[in-house]
Amino acid sequence: MVIYSFSLFMPNSNYDEDIEEMLQEMGLSSWEELFIDIPQEARKGGINIEAMDEYELYRYALKLASKNMDFFKMPNFLGAGVYFHYIPPAVKEMVSRSEFYTSYTPYQPEISQGLLQSMFEYQSMIAELTAMDIANSSMYDASTALGEAARMANRINRKKEILVPENLYWEKESVLRNYVKGLDMSIRKYPLNERGMIDLEALQSSVNENTSAVYVENPNFFGVIDENVLKVKEFIGRSILIVGVNPLSLAILKPPGEYGADIVVGEGQILGNPISFGGPLLGIFATKKEYLRKMPGRVIGATKDVSGKRAFVMALQTREQHIRRGRATSNICSNEALCALYSTVYMAYLGANGLRKVALKNIENAKKLMTKLRSIGLNAPHFKAPHFNEFLVDLPGNPYEISKKLVERGVHGGLPIPEGCYRDIGNAMLLCTTEMHREEDLDKLVNAFKEVI
Amino acid sequence: MYHQASYDEPLLIEIKSLKNEDFEIDLNPDIVRKELNIPNLPEFEIIRHYTRLSQMNYGVDINIYPLGSCTMKYNPKLNEEIARMFSYIHPYQEESTVQGALQIMYELQEMLKEITDMDGFSLQPAAGAHGEFTGMLITRSYHEYKGEGEKRKNVILPDSAHGTNPASAAMVGFNVIEIPSNKEGMVDLEALENATDDTTAAFMITNPNTLGIFEEDILEIAKIMHKNGALLYYDGANLNAIMGITSPGKMNFDIVHLNLHKTFSTPHGGGGPGSGPVGVRGELVNFLPVPVVRYDGEKYYLDYNIKHTIGKVRSFYGNFGVLVKAWAYIKRLGGTGLKRASIRAVVNSNYLKEKIKDYYVLPYKNLRKHEFVVKPKNARALDVAKRLLDFGVHAPTIYFPLIVSEALMIEPTETERKENLDKFAEIVIHIAKEAEKNPELLKEAPHNTSVRRVDDVLASRKPVLTWKMYRELKARGEIDY
Repeated sequence: MVIYSFSLFMPNSNYDEDIEEMLQEMGLSSWEELFIDIPQEARKGGINIEAMDEYELYRYALKLASKNMDFFKMPNFLGAGVYFHYIPPAVKEMVSRSEFYTSYTPYQPEISQGLLQSMFEYQSMIAELTAMDIANSSMYDASTALGEAARMANRINRKKEILVPENLYWEKESVLRNYVKGLDMSIRKYPLNERGMIDLEALQSSVNENTSAVYVENPNFFGVIDENVLKVKEFIGRSILIVGVNPLSLAILKPPGEYGADIVVGEGQILGNPISFGGPLLGIFATKKEYLRKMPGRVIGATKDVSGKRAFVMALQTREQHIRRGRATSNICSNEALCALYSTVYMAYLGANGLRKVALKNIENAKKLMTKLRSIGLNAPHFKAPHFNEFLVDLPGNPYEISKKLVERGVHGGLPIPEGCYRDIGNAMLLCTTEMHREEDLDKLVNAFKEVI
Repeated sequence: MYHQASYDEPLLIEIKSLKNEDFEIDLNPDIVRKELNIPNLPEFEIIRHYTRLSQMNYGVDINIYPLGSCTMKYNPKLNEEIARMFSYIHPYQEESTVQGALQIMYELQEMLKEITDMDGFSLQPAAGAHGEFTGMLITRSYHEYKGEGEKRKNVILPDSAHGTNPASAAMVGFNVIEIPSNKEGMVDLEALENATDDTTAAFMITNPNTLGIFEEDILEIAKIMHKNGALLYYDGANLNAIMGITSPGKMNFDIVHLNLHKTFSTPHGGGGPGSGPVGVRGELVNFLPVPVVRYDGEKYYLDYNIKHTIGKVRSFYGNFGVLVKAWAYIKRLGGTGLKRASIRAVVNSNYLKEKIKDYYVLPYKNLRKHEFVVKPKNARALDVAKRLLDFGVHAPTIYFPLIVSEALMIEPTETERKENLDKFAEIVIHIAKEAEKNPELLKEAPHNTSVRRVDDVLASRKPVLTWKMYRELKARGEIDY
């Protein structure tokens, strides 16, 4: 039963010579006897997929990879949820330890202390960054974390409506809608003011007795650092305050725990994970101690072993699907542990000093780009407000067409925001800069803009 | 015997930090953070810390990992290398600049269709349970579209189902009805027939089921569902048993999710990331999440134009990095290699079962697929599991499925050779004998791991979830470790 094709570089991969022996010991004449319970009418005559030699596959993958214009081939100014950040090799090396990445959920804590302690450190650093009491050990991404947060708010107060900012990106809104569908919760939008910040009075009048939660983002989808979040708690009555964050910005911005957040969600990809065409990502989820038993997802706790030594273990599993089944706080089982490990090592590697430096460099680069864009007559940023690493630039034409023309000139612009997308914003583009953009990258974008508008 | 590394490894915060630097921050001081308590350490300290931690962790690369229903097969290194080629591309790039990435997604969609005999796939769900959630959303939208959304509120599943099944169905707003298994450990057709009517939205099942038993009546089950206007949902957790021999399509399933991290060898990553693509048949393709990748003969593109789409279940297109690894695995093995993997997984499991079944209790019928469930004759499953760790092998899944008390659910996968299975069987049998002669050895196990038996009850009774909580409670004398 030789089945692999001959491969120079995967020698000894056909280890089936012992199958006959095993069958014999079982008193079987053929493997087919192990499948006699599969009805003939349901049989399949094999799978029609060609096998590839290891080296050929490697070359094929290289060829496909070379068709992509990655960041290092073409400077890129996209953000809008996932971001290009430099990942130090130290981080990649540690995450590539196969003791970590070939393990699974630490169901046997005694043999899994390494991952458990790392996840405990992850939770600790996320709690520190957000200034919340506790964090779980990961959700799928920021959008699903928001969906889970809305469901948790409903578990807390049984109310049926969540208020979201008018500039919530449609993808996130769609995910949220699907997450709350089973609870018959509705989603309503509140407006931003002329500076692109929460319109506090309008928000206040939107809140009513059905409001379960209010979602705010800081920095928001337009990159605006929203100073009104500091006061938002006073305007939403007893509703649950869910704050969406860019975790890197929290190295310098006031953390949501200090302005009354009940739940904090965010995209952890930013902290040391490759952007990887949008996945895998890392949903950050933090909350207050009092809501511990309402929280979705896995959580790691400290405890001791029988000899009194400190040890770590999955805690409060009675909230989870494998115990609580239909009444669990979430259905999540596989999470994004390895992505959380990336973030753990990244935060550990940078430390408070490094995180602050990177965050400040992001702000500085965005400001630099705004200045350069203004020098060619573009209005940047659209909102007269402080920004983190993203901002809207107003454009004189269709942003999709402009985006294509930029690519023709060897630089990738930001996310096109066509006229009519958001109230009185006309044609625009959401541009993002991070510490990865160098002066020459900024100039390349600005020069290309100059040519195409 | 095995001796795992055992360091008294400090928490990061317990390693002496360098000083915090001062920074000028040109923002409204009200919105500026005052302090950030994350330690500042040089690179080599970080590397030593996490290298030591890694040595206190067990993965497939160390030895057998027979965790039932999790398919802990070997993760080929080629796939890791290939995935790294795609690290720095953004999901919103112009399609012309990401043709390679889109081609991989397209090819994967097509290959998964071929393996499962489904008509369309979404690669978006991030994990198996997320795939179930997506499948249940599709189920709900489909019945709503047919004007039966109000009526079809029930999802039926067997009592042997994975915990995620009822949790996912409930999340989408369905009532969950559990039906008992029959004496053979299979779906009780009569119970199913009685439970199914025009309020039934779907029946969720994995085949082979969680006992490792193939549901022989699957075609009959499909008939019962379809004649009642309900859908049949395939939980793909156990697909590793049947590739190339049968398929969800051949068994007349309407919706399936696959677990790429199980069947298609992508590493489990300490708990994730996984990937849970969803496949559907017939008109259900019109309900898939957006976008799907299509090919017009010249270029690959993202199609957002799906008639009755449920929208999105997460941002972007899926766990792409995981998709690439599964793509490479399938390409490398080809159809014949995949079939071989399933055959070998089933041979391995039955061989191991035959080796140990005289020393343990094997409930239900004898013939199993890729996994089987036994219980100890005179010990607790927990103690057997802990004792296994002493021998440098991972424990099976324990206390699942719920219909077997003291269950040990064993899935060796195709990765193991006869020699390894013999060794594992020897250990398992040895422990059965120890349980009779020296039960204390089991109760006190493990002895050779980085820590001894961990008090998980304390962890839940007195939750300590961050280093800040740890330090506060310790300072107040509320914890003594």
